Amino acid sequence: MTDVQTSLIPPLGEPRPQPVPVAEETTLPNGLRVVVVPRPGVPLIELRLRVPFAAASARNAGVHTARGAVLSGAVLLGSQQHDQTQIAQLLQTHGAELSVATDADRLLFATTLLPGGLGPVLDVLAELLTGAAYPADQVEGERDRLAERIAIARTQPGTIARSALAARRYGAHPYAIQLPDAELVSAVRAPALRRLHRERVLPAGSILVLVGDLDPRAATETVAAALDAWTGTGKAVEAPPVTEQRQGGIQVVDRPGAVQSNLRLGGSAPRRTDDDLPATRLAAMIYGGYFSSRLVENIRERKGYSYSPRSALEHQRASSSFLVDADVATEVTGPALLETLYELGRIALTPVTEAELDAARRYVLGSMALSTATHAGLASTMSALLGAGMPADWLRTHQQDLAAVTVEQVQAAAARHLAPEALTAVVVGDAARIATELAALAPVAVTGSGEGA
Amino acid sequence: MSAAGTELTLRHPIERFTLDNGLRVVLAPDRSVPVVAVSVYYDVGMRNEPEGRTGFAHLFEHMMFQGSANVAKMEHARLVQAAGGTFNGSTHQDYTNYFEALPTEALERALFLEADRMAAPAITEENLRNQIDVVKEEIRVNVLNRPYGAFPWLQLPQIAFESFANTHDGYGSFVDLESSTVDDATDFFHRYYAPGNAVLCIGGDLDVAETEALVRRWFGPVPARDVPPLPPTGEPSPTSVRSAVVEDRLATAPALALGWRVPDPVGDFDTYLGTVLLAEVLSEGDASRLERRLIHGDRTAIAQSSYVGMFGDPFDVRDATLLTTQVHHPAGVPAERVTAAVHEEIDRIAQDGVDADELRRVQARIEAQLLQQADSILGRTLSFAAAELVHGRAELAGELAARLAAVTPGTVQAAARGLDPGTVAMLELRPAGGAR
Repeated sequence: MTDVQTSLIPPLGEPRPQPVPVAEETTLPNGLRVVVVPRPGVPLIELRLRVPFAAASARNAGVHTARGAVLSGAVLLGSQQHDQTQIAQLLQTHGAELSVATDADRLLFATTLLPGGLGPVLDVLAELLTGAAYPADQVEGERDRLAERIAIARTQPGTIARSALAARRYGAHPYAIQLPDAELVSAVRAPALRRLHRERVLPAGSILVLVGDLDPRAATETVAAALDAWTGTGKAVEAPPVTEQRQGGIQVVDRPGAVQSNLRLGGSAPRRTDDDLPATRLAAMIYGGYFSSRLVENIRERKGYSYSPRSALEHQRASSSFLVDADVATEVTGPALLETLYELGRIALTPVTEAELDAARRYVLGSMALSTATHAGLASTMSALLGAGMPADWLRTHQQDLAAVTVEQVQAAAARHLAPEALTAVVVGDAARIATELAALAPVAVTGSGEGA
Repeated sequence: MSAAGTELTLRHPIERFTLDNGLRVVLAPDRSVPVVAVSVYYDVGMRNEPEGRTGFAHLFEHMMFQGSANVAKMEHARLVQAAGGTFNGSTHQDYTNYFEALPTEALERALFLEADRMAAPAITEENLRNQIDVVKEEIRVNVLNRPYGAFPWLQLPQIAFESFANTHDGYGSFVDLESSTVDDATDFFHRYYAPGNAVLCIGGDLDVAETEALVRRWFGPVPARDVPPLPPTGEPSPTSVRSAVVEDRLATAPALALGWRVPDPVGDFDTYLGTVLLAEVLSEGDASRLERRLIHGDRTAIAQSSYVGMFGDPFDVRDATLLTTQVHHPAGVPAERVTAAVHEEIDRIAQDGVDADELRRVQARIEAQLLQQADSILGRTLSFAAAELVHGRAELAGELAARLAAVTPGTVQAAARGLDPGTVAMLELRPAGGAR
C-alpha cells in the first residue's frame, strides 16, 4: 500500500477503547456454573446453557449421535406439567423461543428473552431439565421427521464434502460423524432418550451464560431458585483425544453431472491454549480468511474460478483444525486446486509482508470487537470459550497475544500447519470430468456416495 | 405501545439532511460502543432490470467492488478490513445496498470509499469479464449445484405475478450475463447510481456536526444527475388459482410453496401489518398454527415456514409482494393433502379470528426479534436506511415494535380473509434425484 501516503485516502483516527465486559461467576450447589455479564444495549437477555454431551467412546458414537439429535428436538415435546404447545406459549409470552442443538461436544439450549421474563423462562427450562416427558408417540414423530431432514441434508454438496473430509481425517473417532445416520435415528425410542437425559443432562460440568439487561446478583439468585432442583449423579463426558489420520493423495467423491467441484482441505491446528495459535490464526487469515486474502485475490478476483473461497480455524473440544473451502466450476477444478495448493506452499515457505500481517491483525481484532458487540454475539462467544475450558478473560489475553505476533512467527506457524503436505484433501464432483486432471497434482482415489447431480 | 418499543424509539434519535446533489443523508447516533456503520442504498433492484438484462442489478453490485477513481482493485476491501472493519453489498428486489461496520476511527475512510465509487467506479472490460465468472459461480453454488436452489424465490414469482419486473430471474440467465458489455454497465451506472437516487445512512458512534461536515466534504463534490422516475411494480390482484410443477433433479423429497398477494407494503401499511403478524401466527415456533397442524398433528410435513416479502424481510419491499407458505413434506404425502390443511388453518383464522392472548404472545416474540436485530449497530443502520428509502421515514424502523404491538385481532383476521384459496399461486417441487 505504498501509494496510500500520497493519495486522498483519509488516515485512521485514534482508536477509542473497547468496553471490557465483566463476567460474574458463581457455582451452584448442584455443580452448575452460572456466568452473568451485564451489558448496555437493547432491553433483552440472551441465555445459553451448555451441557457436555460427547460420545463416551468411538464404539457407541453412532448411536449416541443419533439419540442426541432426536433428544434435542424431543426434549421440547412436554414436561410433567405442560405439553409441547403450552411450553412454547409460556416461552413466547416473554419473547423467547428455545432452540436446542447438539454437536459432537455439547447440547446447547439457547434463547433470547425480554428482561421481565427471566424467572418464568428459567422455570420452563427447569421443568424440561428435571422432567422432560419424552411421550412415546410424539418421539416417534420427531425421529421420523429428523430422519427425513437428514436424508435431505445428505443431498447438499456442502454436507457431502464436509462429511467426507471429517471421515477421512478422523477415522474411528466420534468427530468423523458430521450428521447422524438416518437408520440409527429411525431406531431411537423414548425409553432410550429418558435414559440418555438422566445420564447426561447434568448440572455438574454444565455452564449457564446470561448476557444483557440484568443485574448479576439478582439474576444469579433467580437462576439458583429456578434450577436448584436440577440434580444428577452422573459424570460429564468430554470427547476422547484425537489422532489425526494424515492421508495422502486426493479423495474424489463422485457426484456424476455436478456443475461444480467442492474442494476441501483440512489438518490439525494449534489448540486455544497453544503458544502458536495467534500466529497460526493470522497466517490462516492472510491465506484465505477474509476478502483481502491471497486465496480470494488469486482464484476469485484474478481468475474468477470461485465465488467464496475461504480458510478458517475451527476449534472443537478435543481438536482444532485449519480448513480450506472452495466451490469451483467443474471445468477449472484442476487449475483451481493448483492455485489453492500454490498459495499454501507460498505462505509455508516465504515470509508474508509486514503490511499483510498488520492488516490481518487489525481485521481480527476489529471483527472480534464487532462480533462481541451484541448481547447474542457475546453470549455465544462466552459459552463456547468457557465450554472449551478457557477462562472468562481469554478474549483479552488472546488480543494481547495477537498484537505481539511477528512475521517470522507467522511463517513458522504456516510451515507447520498450512503446508500442503500437512493437509488431507477431498474433492466432491463429477469424477469422470475431474479425476484425470487432479491426478496431475496428487494420486487420486475415487469413491462413491456423492449421489447423482 | 410496549415499553421496549418506546424505549428503542427514544434511544436512537434520527438526524437528516439532503445535499445539493440530491443525496439524502440519515444519521442515527448511539455512542455506547466504539463502532460505526455506513450504508449506501441505491434505489435500483432486481425489479428495475430491463428485458434482456436479467441479473444486471446484481452483476453491477459486484462491479462496485472493483475499485474506483482513487482506489485500485482489491483496495476497497483492504482499506476497510485493514482498519478492522467488515463490508458487503447485496441486491434486493427494490434496492441495492453497500455497507461497512468499522471501529469509530475509520468513519472518514468509509465515507471516502463510498463517495469515490458513487462518483466513478472502475467499469473496465477486464473487471466485467472477471465478475461475470464470479457471479456464475455464485449462481452455481446457490442455485444450480444444490437441491431446492431456486425454490421458491426464483420459481414462485413466475406464476404469482404477470409483469416482467416481477416474474423474471433476478440472478440472471447465463446468456444475459455473458452478453453484458461495458457500455451496458456504464449506462446502468449513469441512469441509476445518481446521488439523488440514493440514501446514505450512518449509525453508531458519531458526532452529528462532525459527521455532517465529513459527509459534505466527501459526497458534496459528486455531480448531480437526473433521477429516473420510480417505475411502478404493483400489478392487479390475481383472480384465479395459478399453479405449476417444477422438477428438481438434485432433490430427493418434495416441497410446496403457496403464495398470496398481500396489501401494498407501503401504501396500505396498517393493513399490511396485520399480514405480517398473520405470518407469525401461522408459522413462528411450536405454538404456531401450521407447526401444530402439519408437523405435530397431521404429521404430514417435515418443515414449514411462512414469511412476507420474497427475501423474508417484510419492511424493505414495495408492492407487489406475497405471503409465502413453504412446506417440505415426505414423498408419501400428496401435495393436495398439505395444501388443503393450510387452507383450512387460514380459513379457521378468517372465520374465528385469533385469540387476544395468542396475538399478544406473537407480538412479544416479534418485539424480541426486532430488538435483537437493533442490538447490532449494523443491523439497526440497515433497517433505518431501508425504511428511509422504501417508506420515506427512517424513524419507522424504530417504531415497528410499537406499531406491531398496536395491531388488533380484527386486523389479523382481515388479513387471513385476504389469503383466498381461489387466488393462490401454488408451486409444487417434485424430486427427480433418483439416487435414493
